Amino acid sequence: MREVITAALLLVGGAFMLLAAVGVARMPDVYSRLSAAAKGNTLGLGFLLAAAVVHFGELGVTSHAVLIIAFVMLTTPVSAHLIGRAAYFIGVPLWEGTVRDDLRGRYDPDTHSLASAPAPSDTGRAPATSASDVGLGDR
Amino acid sequence: MSAEVSPFLSLAVNVVLAMLSVGLFLALGRLVRGPSLPDRVVALELTATLVVGIIVVYDVATRQPVLLDVAMVMALVSFLGAVAFAYYIERGATR
Repeated sequence: MREVITAALLLVGGAFMLLAAVGVARMPDVYSRLSAAAKGNTLGLGFLLAAAVVHFGELGVTSHAVLIIAFVMLTTPVSAHLIGRAAYFIGVPLWEGTVRDDLRGRYDPDTHSLASAPAPSDTGRAPATSASDVGLGDR
Repeated sequence: MSAEVSPFLSLAVNVVLAMLSVGLFLALGRLVRGPSLPDRVVALELTATLVVGIIVVYDVATRQPVLLDVAMVMALVSFLGAVAFAYYIERGATR
């Protein structure tokens, strides 16, 4: 019975990680690739570690697995946000089907700080199709 | 130390290892194709997480719980690598 649960958890976790990899390979721009990689990997690794917990059933393995899951759940969104922010700053273009870019024109290109007040001339609804449309100019 | 694992669980382990290997090839394809530098960083981070997953599955297959330490260190190092890459991209890399 324990082996059946272990195998099921392993298969679900492997499927999620494979889906994350497919998302990175197939998604249209870097931001959606980041989204697919971050979420799929966190969930897939969580299932794989749950499989290890069920398989061993020891306190040491359980505490290790809980630590790794907590660490991954804390760090993956942070690193995904940092990479996405860096990509936005150097002007990586959004997908041409993007309908909304809330960050457009809000970042100060010199201080790298985010302005909270909306720019009066910009409703944020125009699709940004090229690097210069992202609102930072060529850097 | 490597105790026997039943054929059923062994089959599941092999299937999952095959899935993760396919994922590694997809990440390699994204690493080669780019097109931008952050895309390659995403591919590297995906590779690191897939390797952590492979370590966990291998740990189940060989019944060696010590390998979970390796997985933890690998996750830590990949996070530091992603932060360093993001820092240097933001501080003036070219596309």
